[in-house]
Amino acid sequence: MSTIALSGASSARAPFWRRLSSQEMLLAVAIVGLALVVGLVNPRFLSANNLADILLGNAYIAVAAIGMSMVIITGNIDISVGALIGVLATVSGSLAVAGAPIAVTWLAPLVFGMLVMGLQGAIVAYVGIPAIVVTLGMLSILRGGLISVTGGKWITDLPDAFHLADIEIFGFIPMPVAIMVVATILAAVWMRWWPLGRAIYATGGNPEAARLSGVSPRRTLVLVFVLHGFFAGVAALLFATQLRVIQSTTPSGLEFTIITASVVGGVSILGGVGTVVGSTLAAILIAEITSALVFINISPFWTHALQGALILATVIADIERRRRRLAGAIR
Amino acid sequence: MTAVASSNRASRARIFLRHETILAAMLVVALFGLGLFNDRFLTIDNLLNQGRLMTEIGLIALPMTFVIVTGGIDVSVGAIVGLCAIVLGYSWKNLGFPLPLAIVFTLVVGAAAGLANGLVITRIKVPPIITTIATLTLFRGLAEGISQAHSVRGYPDWFYFLGQGDVFGVPTQLLVLFLAIIVFGVALDRTTFGRTLYAIGSNETAARFSALPVERVKLAAYTLSGLMASLSALVLVSRVTTTRSDMGMGYELDAIAAVVLGGTSIFGGSGTIWGTVIGAVMIQLLKNGLALTGVKGDATIMVIGVVLIASVLIASSLQRRRV
Repeated sequence: MSTIALSGASSARAPFWRRLSSQEMLLAVAIVGLALVVGLVNPRFLSANNLADILLGNAYIAVAAIGMSMVIITGNIDISVGALIGVLATVSGSLAVAGAPIAVTWLAPLVFGMLVMGLQGAIVAYVGIPAIVVTLGMLSILRGGLISVTGGKWITDLPDAFHLADIEIFGFIPMPVAIMVVATILAAVWMRWWPLGRAIYATGGNPEAARLSGVSPRRTLVLVFVLHGFFAGVAALLFATQLRVIQSTTPSGLEFTIITASVVGGVSILGGVGTVVGSTLAAILIAEITSALVFINISPFWTHALQGALILATVIADIERRRRRLAGAIR
Repeated sequence: MTAVASSNRASRARIFLRHETILAAMLVVALFGLGLFNDRFLTIDNLLNQGRLMTEIGLIALPMTFVIVTGGIDVSVGAIVGLCAIVLGYSWKNLGFPLPLAIVFTLVVGAAAGLANGLVITRIKVPPIITTIATLTLFRGLAEGISQAHSVRGYPDWFYFLGQGDVFGVPTQLLVLFLAIIVFGVALDRTTFGRTLYAIGSNETAARFSALPVERVKLAAYTLSGLMASLSALVLVSRVTTTRSDMGMGYELDAIAAVVLGGTSIFGGSGTIWGTVIGAVMIQLLKNGLALTGVKGDATIMVIGVVLIASVLIASSLQRRRV
């Protein structure tokens, strides 16, 4: 019964034009539109190689943004994920170099990721310390731990079989892209139609109401963090296997890029709203913008400024839109 | 009567259990502990030098206390340090400003960056954490874009007085920090502005209904945060004699850790400047003490993370017992 109540809110069929203006649709249009415009200026942007590079190099961000979206939908945030991905990639790579079976090297980051995130989720849910403080502390622990253990050395001489990202499904779909698409669809379906998935929205929308309708906000929160850890593990695996070496540092500000993908993808920072389809599309759009800068001869050093402006604009638009809707509802 | 007795005992216990008291005791123990381990630690030279190194974080942690007392947070301060460092170097070297003008311009840019944060937070009502995450990326991106990865060196000698000089043996910037501590401490504890910060943090709606200028005070807190970050940038550039766009990276974490370690509740409404100062000293001494006993610089970040989480866990369990 509670399932019906939980899914009822958004299952009403929106008219076609309204669905066109949804965040996902806007993002899809922006992705295609930007590709066409940049393609006109510089046709090389549209080469199959470049388009594939954009997807391959950034699939891990989209995958990590799935878990981040869930966390943000519950009304929390995680800024430790960038450092965690670095740690997990190093764990996996070190195991591979030490000669562990390939299956172990692939499973280890998933399990370890779930443990670390599950621990953080439990502290947030049961001790009541805000996620920003817990994940801030964990960020220091993971980043400091990683650099002091590896000494900043890169991992090289990885066995060939380790490179998950090299596998091509049906001989032409690269593994990272396949994982990104499948993970997004599975997570989207689960969050849209499964009771546990709906519980995530219920917890973020109104924890007290969720509790009264039989959802445990605390248990849901821990589950969400564990899932987030799982996706961080998958992301780490894609990150670790995309090059022949594993750097001991992840790109600076990786956690903020992942949060940007979620927020630009329409996940509301106030909790309760958003989809992982949106966050994946946003991750692709951000990667496309970064690549486009190079093709229209703008220095890549401006990438972060543009990213920051983009996230700020999206967030402001999101808040304004909600306020207008709220004002409309009251009237 | 028993009620009076027990409340008396409770208040005495409360003084002992006050976060600042516990922290100060831990600080003294740590000082002597580390001093026993290493005879280079408890020397005037080393301690003064640590004060020099502590100033950049300390200057940021002071207004951060204000912001967190209102129930907000500002994670963009490290990026503002980077942006201001670049603005200083760029306006002096590339735009040809005289250095004093460039310094003033840098302070203005820092305050403007903080004001921008404040405006988005108070006018558009975007949650502080999200606002400052976005502006963190924006400010750091502007620093990278303006500098194009070029560093600026070769400042005139008088400029290094701030970061490397000393007055009667005390590092210049440490005096600046002392002055700032007194100003911020008095402002938080003894002025209407400071009391308003607490009122906003403990119940914003009630503060608004009491006709307190909630938005203006919050705006001032975030602007101060930006201004002090630019001051910190000046001290930093003067100390290391160069300007790079990645300067101040991670400063927000150290500053927040100092504030939270100092007993300021992350939910707002309580906290003191003295606590923050002890927190900042504690972090610096931990770093230094560990470094002297042979722990590498990066591992100390790890210890700070552990100390941060542990102190919040302990504080929350103490509070729970009290209730």
